[in-house]
Amino acid sequence: MGKYILKRVLISIPVLFLISIGAFILVHLTPGDPADMYISPDMTAAQVEMTRAALGLDKPLFIQYVDWIANFLTGNMGFSFADRQPVLDIISQRLGPTLILMSISLIVAYATAIPLGIIAALHKNSKLDRAIIGWTFFNVSFPPFFLGLALIYIFAVELDLLPTGGMEVLGMENDGIDLAEHLVLPVIVMASQFSANMIRYVRASVLEVLGQNYIRTALAKGLKWRQILRFHVLRNSLIPIVTVIGTDLPKVIGGAVITEQIFQWPGIGSLTVAAINSRDYPVLMAIVILSAIAVLIANLTVDIAYAAIDPRIKYSK
Amino acid sequence: MTTDTILKVNNLHVSFRTLDGIVDAVRGVTFDLKRGETLAIVGESGSGKSVSMKAINRVLPRKNTIFGKDGEIIYEGKNLLSLPEEEMESIRGRKIAMIFQDPMTSLNPTMTVGRQIAESILTHEDIPKAEAMKEAIKLMSLVGIRNPEESSRNYPHQFSGGMRQRVMIALSLACKPDILIADEPTTALDVTIQSQILDLIDDLKVKLNMSVIFITHDLGVVAHVADRVAVMYAGKIIEIGTAEEIFYNPQHPYTWGLICSMPTLDTTDDHLYSIPGAPPNMLHMPKGDAFAPRNAYALAIDFEKEPPFFKVSDTHYAATWLLHPQAPAVTPPAEIIRRQEIFNTFMKQEDGGSNYAYRHTSSGAR
Repeated sequence: MGKYILKRVLISIPVLFLISIGAFILVHLTPGDPADMYISPDMTAAQVEMTRAALGLDKPLFIQYVDWIANFLTGNMGFSFADRQPVLDIISQRLGPTLILMSISLIVAYATAIPLGIIAALHKNSKLDRAIIGWTFFNVSFPPFFLGLALIYIFAVELDLLPTGGMEVLGMENDGIDLAEHLVLPVIVMASQFSANMIRYVRASVLEVLGQNYIRTALAKGLKWRQILRFHVLRNSLIPIVTVIGTDLPKVIGGAVITEQIFQWPGIGSLTVAAINSRDYPVLMAIVILSAIAVLIANLTVDIAYAAIDPRIKYSK
Repeated sequence: MTTDTILKVNNLHVSFRTLDGIVDAVRGVTFDLKRGETLAIVGESGSGKSVSMKAINRVLPRKNTIFGKDGEIIYEGKNLLSLPEEEMESIRGRKIAMIFQDPMTSLNPTMTVGRQIAESILTHEDIPKAEAMKEAIKLMSLVGIRNPEESSRNYPHQFSGGMRQRVMIALSLACKPDILIADEPTTALDVTIQSQILDLIDDLKVKLNMSVIFITHDLGVVAHVADRVAVMYAGKIIEIGTAEEIFYNPQHPYTWGLICSMPTLDTTDDHLYSIPGAPPNMLHMPKGDAFAPRNAYALAIDFEKEPPFFKVSDTHYAATWLLHPQAPAVTPPAEIIRRQEIFNTFMKQEDGGSNYAYRHTSSGAR
């Protein structure tokens, strides 16, 4: 197992290199020039060139990449084109809020989705099942920006119960309650998306296990349904559930672009949008690499979890 | 062999609600099971043999199953069909255990086999976990699993099919049940393993003084294990008798067909005989006897009215109009005539062949 993990980690190094090259090319191919933001209409052509040279944009793309990767490997992610801050500082400022929002959203989502999915499966085709499935259908088809705006309109504008956005009331002594108030609406939007997806997977997975012969064996042994559920159904339906968790986890780092934007949440998602708008190449590249690492770690964790759940899954070497 | 009846099934009807309508899978099954005997239930796929046995332990899908109102399954003076679920839980596995057809999928793949057997014990007995585990290991060696201590920590996928079926048997015997229902336990196994498993069940039956209901479509298996045989067709028992009576003095044309389809060592024909046609669609049952359309010996009345049971001997009953006093005499297939001659010369006894059954029971104790 240790060998297998080491191998997977080693493989992810060239993968990350390829991702960085692809991302670098794509980022630089986007129309627009970061120097545009520094240029005023009365500048001469020479002055424009000087600005571009100062940002390192006059060099061939290949050299720019080599410069970037050499710095990146020594831990220097460069400076933001937009506000001249070190990229590392910007990212670490934004990471906290995203971690808070996304991890709470995921916990809320799973804590509701897993029981609901199991209940739906156990009462297949009943009114309760249809209600739960209808609810997930509603959530999956509702775009988050619309749900977000609707919630803001109802709870913040009309009822004035919750703040419209942001993470804290500025210029005030900030306590947990203030943060919680700001979290409610974005967590509802994020969690409803995550949970709708999860409910469907849990329901399908549990239904499949319920149809297996070994459940009939457990029943014939005289086990109570509660015991069958706990000892025979749950563990065997975990594989697809863990897979979904694996695809959700990287978002804890990568953030939610749309929801963060709507609620002006100061996280990675809204930073991404800002960086794209200002063609802030160093910040964009850092976000891409960070997300890629998160995806690779999540995948590896999921694969290790598979082996822990199902004794039939063994990794050689 | 004692002759007290341990289980009585009366007029059992089981129907399923399906998208196409209500399917009557079992249409009035009546039989009784005596302590210590092996009753084989024989029939084609879809004849309702599995369903009627699963009904005994009520392991059928709860929502879509309908039991006929006047049907009864009497065990220890109680009707299992009307027992509340909690009481049924204390009978399932404890008093009436089951082994299923497919040992490859009948064990939980993510639980060690030792735990699965121990779980069976812990469900019905209030003993410490470690003790249940010891008991499980004992059971594993009883059913002939090598290195039971080590094997108990293994998962089902680390066992071969035959070994898994042994685990299934150990699991079902965990609480020393009164009745073991074996639902085609050897169908998925190869022939050499088949006879090992059959001998094992036979052996344990005597050791634990159980009654066994053996569901199968393999007459070879029946000959190997059964004291009595019930032949099912389209949800009904059409002939029931001692193994000897069914094999050597069959009365129902369907039983004739089954026996003639069995290859023997001196079969010289190029083609093996098979009963023409297919079992009826249970959604649209034909009028009269369900077997009539496939029956070369069908009488006009077969298409009008279902035959009742006619008594052949105290232990032997068959549902065919051919046994009616007014029925015309027919000539059964040559193979059946040959067998009936053997029966009439050597086996026919006042006690209806229970002597044969006795010899057979004791053969398991070897």
